[in-house]
Amino acid sequence: MVLSEIQGLLSCEIFSGEELLDRAVLYGCASDLMSDVLAFSRSGALLLTGLVNVQTVQTADIAEINAIILVRGKKPDDAVVESAQKKKIPLLGTPYSMYEACGILYRAGIPSTMKCATDFAAGESE
Amino acid sequence: MDRPISHSFLIQGKNFYEAGRVSTEIKSMLKDLGVDAAIVRRVAIATYEAEMNVVMYADEATLTVELTSQAIRVVIDDRGPGIPDVGLAMQEGYSTATAEMREMGFGAGMGLPNIKRNADEFSIDSKVGKGTKLDITIYIN
Repeated sequence: MVLSEIQGLLSCEIFSGEELLDRAVLYGCASDLMSDVLAFSRSGALLLTGLVNVQTVQTADIAEINAIILVRGKKPDDAVVESAQKKKIPLLGTPYSMYEACGILYRAGIPSTMKCATDFAAGESE
Repeated sequence: MDRPISHSFLIQGKNFYEAGRVSTEIKSMLKDLGVDAAIVRRVAIATYEAEMNVVMYADEATLTVELTSQAIRVVIDDRGPGIPDVGLAMQEGYSTATAEMREMGFGAGMGLPNIKRNADEFSIDSKVGKGTKLDITIYIN
């Protein structure tokens, strides 16, 4: 699925990266804990988060997240938008809660990147 | 790539705004050198977690990255409080983070376990009142 379809599904406003909405989203992950994103996400995933600061964008860049969607109508400040523009990471915002946004995307067929903890224990993290 | 490539960086403690700059530089450097993308991602994640630990807890650190045709070795040597119980710090979920660190999305007790998870070789040496040294290696092949 491409980002512009997700924008429609979640009624997103765009804070940065309007020119990058043709990007493919392969997986979804949702967390406010950036270490969890670093541990359990995959390259090419979409990140849903309620955490809005420069480390959100920095974490996305390091973990090769394809796009960030801020939940519950949260707004980024100028420093966050500027950082997302610089790193070419689309930054969007949805009025939906984290739970609703995840449900909508999961129902639309976007698989999870954060596997069940027991799968990790079994060494299936790749 | 016969001769090893080595670079050192200084990481400043308590500077949350700059946190991640060194890891980003290392990531682009490895990409430019043509290192496999999956390897680059593991190095970047391990380095970023280590960098955040320095920013959150230490005064400053020297990070040295060394690249040979077989492996990438990263050594992070900090001047800081040290870790009294390394075994405890290695447990997922154990954290001594402050509210400020948690507001940044860190301090969930996943940093050191995440570094270890991404490394092929991992060692940690910490002296209370002096600092902590992490030595990690990620194989290229």
